[in-house]
Amino acid sequence: MFSNALNEKIMRGVFFATACTSVLAVVLICFFLFSNGANALSEIGIFEFLFGTIWRPNIDVYGIFPMIIGSIYMTFGAILIGVPIGILTAIFMAFYCPSILYKPLKIATDILAGIPSVVYGFFGLIIIVPMIKDFGRFLGMGGNGNSLLTASILLGIMILPTIISVTESALRAVPKLYYEGSLALGATHEKTIFHVLIPAAKSGILASIVLGIGRAIGETMAVIMVAGNQARIPSDIFQGARTLTANVVIEMGYATGLHRDALIATGVVLFLFILVINAILAILNKRT
Amino acid sequence: MDNSSFFTQKFQQKILVYKNSPSSCLLMLLVLGSAILTFSTLLYLILHITIKGIPHIQASLFSFTYTSENASVIPAIVNTIIVTLLSLLFAVPLGIFSAIYLVEYANQKNKFINFIRLTTITLAGIPSIVYGLFGMLFFVISCGFGFSLLAGALTLTIMILPLLIRTTEEALLAVPTLYREGSYGLGAGKLRTIFRIVLPSAIPGILAGIILSIGRIIGETAALVYTSGTVAKMPDSIFSSGRTLAIHMFNLANEGLYMNQAYATAVILLVVIIFINSLSYYLAKKLVKI
Repeated sequence: MFSNALNEKIMRGVFFATACTSVLAVVLICFFLFSNGANALSEIGIFEFLFGTIWRPNIDVYGIFPMIIGSIYMTFGAILIGVPIGILTAIFMAFYCPSILYKPLKIATDILAGIPSVVYGFFGLIIIVPMIKDFGRFLGMGGNGNSLLTASILLGIMILPTIISVTESALRAVPKLYYEGSLALGATHEKTIFHVLIPAAKSGILASIVLGIGRAIGETMAVIMVAGNQARIPSDIFQGARTLTANVVIEMGYATGLHRDALIATGVVLFLFILVINAILAILNKRT
Repeated sequence: MDNSSFFTQKFQQKILVYKNSPSSCLLMLLVLGSAILTFSTLLYLILHITIKGIPHIQASLFSFTYTSENASVIPAIVNTIIVTLLSLLFAVPLGIFSAIYLVEYANQKNKFINFIRLTTITLAGIPSIVYGLFGMLFFVISCGFGFSLLAGALTLTIMILPLLIRTTEEALLAVPTLYREGSYGLGAGKLRTIFRIVLPSAIPGILAGIILSIGRIIGETAALVYTSGTVAKMPDSIFSSGRTLAIHMFNLANEGLYMNQAYATAVILLVVIIFINSLSYYLAKKLVKI
C-alpha cells in the first residue's frame, strides 16, 4: 500500500484536508456565533446592549455592562493574586528547587492544571466561601461569602499552573551566560534573578500573564459556583457579581426568542475579548 | 574534607551573603513562601476532598439505575466513557494527520500553513463555554442531533484538536532526521517512512497527548451542558442526552441537596485526573529517552 506514487499523492491530499479542519472549525464558529448574535445586536442596539446597566429579560431589557464589569473585575482580581505567586513559584522551580523535589513538584503543577473546574468550584464552595463570609463579617461588610473576592481568589489559584509553567520555561530560555556574568560582577543569586534574568525573560512572562487573563475570563463553572451571580455592578468586593460566561450558562436553559439571541450575543462579546487577547499573545510570541 | 563539613561551610557562606544583603534574603524568603503557598494549596485541596469524600463512597453510589435518593454515578460514568471514546474516535485521526501534514509535508514558509497554525492557536484559546454555544447552534440545532452524546462528543472533538495537534507535532519533531534519511536511503517512500519509521518512534509522545485530551474531556462541563445535556439516566444510544461525571458533580454541588455524593464524586474525578497526569508524564519522559 505504500509503494505507488498515486497512493503517495492521495495520502498527501488526505493529510492536507485534515490539516484544514482547524481552519474550517474557526470559520464555522465565527459564522454561527456572529450570525446568531447579530440579530440581538441589531434589535437591541449595540450601544444599549454593551453599555446598558440593566439586565431584565422579563421586560426585554438587555444591558450586559454589569457582566462586562464583573468579568473584568474578577479577571483583574485573579491576576492580582495569581501573577505574583505564580511568578515567584516559577522562580523557585527554575532556580531554587532541590533536584529531588523537582520531579514531584512538576507533576504537582500538571495536576493543578488538570483538576477540572467543577472540582475547583466545589473547593471554593466548601472552603473559600465560608472563609470570606467570616472575613466579611469580621470587617463588618456582611455578604454571604459568594462574592467578587471569593471568585477572584479561586480564579487566582486556577491560573497558577499556566503562569508557573510558561514563566518557568521563559526563565530557563535565558542564556546561562547572563547568570554567570552577573554573579562574576558580584551580584547575589537573588539580585541576578530579579535584576538580570527577569528583565531578560520579560516577554515570556508577559505571555504567561496574558494566557492567565484568557483562562480567567473564559472560566465558567467554577465562577458560577462561588460568585453569587447577581446581574448588577458590584459596589464592593464582598458583593456578588456575574460574569459574561455565567450569564450564558445560567439563563440559556430556559431562554427563548430575543432573550436567547441576547445570550448568544453575550457569547460573541466574550469571544471578541478572547480574540483580542489571542492577538496580543501572538504579538508577544513573535517578539520572543 | 568530608561531606558534612563541606555542606556546613556552604551553608555558612550563604548566611554570610544574606547578612550582607538583606534585600536578597527577603527576596529568597518571598520565593520560598510563594512556592510553599502554591503547593500546600494543592495538597490541602486534594487531602480535604479525599478525606471528607472517601467515607461517602458507598455501594448505593454505584447502583445501575439513577434515582433521586441514591444519586448514582454509574450512568454518568457510562456517559463519560461514551463521550470520551467518541471524541477520541473523531479527534485522534484528525489531530495526528494534521500534525503529520504540518511537520512532514508543509513548506514552513507558506502563508497558508502559517494561517493554519494561527487558527490552531486561536482554537486553543477559545473558552469552553464558547465551544458549548457553538456546539448548541451547530451540532444540536443545525445538524439536528438534538441534545445528545454525539453532539457533545463532536463539540469536544474541536475543543481537544489543538492540544492533539500540538503534542503530536512535538512528538514528530523529536524524531531524529537521521531516521527518515536512513529509511529513504534504504529505498522507502515518504508514506512508508512516516508510517513505519516516524510514527512508531513518536508513539509515546502522541499517547501522552491523547491521555491529556482524555483528562480535558473528563473534566469538561461548560462545553457539554448545552450539547450533551444534563439527563441523569442511562443512555439508550449516542443520540440520547446524558450528563458526564463533571456535569453530574456540578449539579450535585449546585443544588446543595447532595453534598455527600458531591464529595464522593469529586474524589473519583480527582483520582482519575491524578492518574491521567502521572501516566502522561511517564509517557512523555519515555519519549525524551529515545
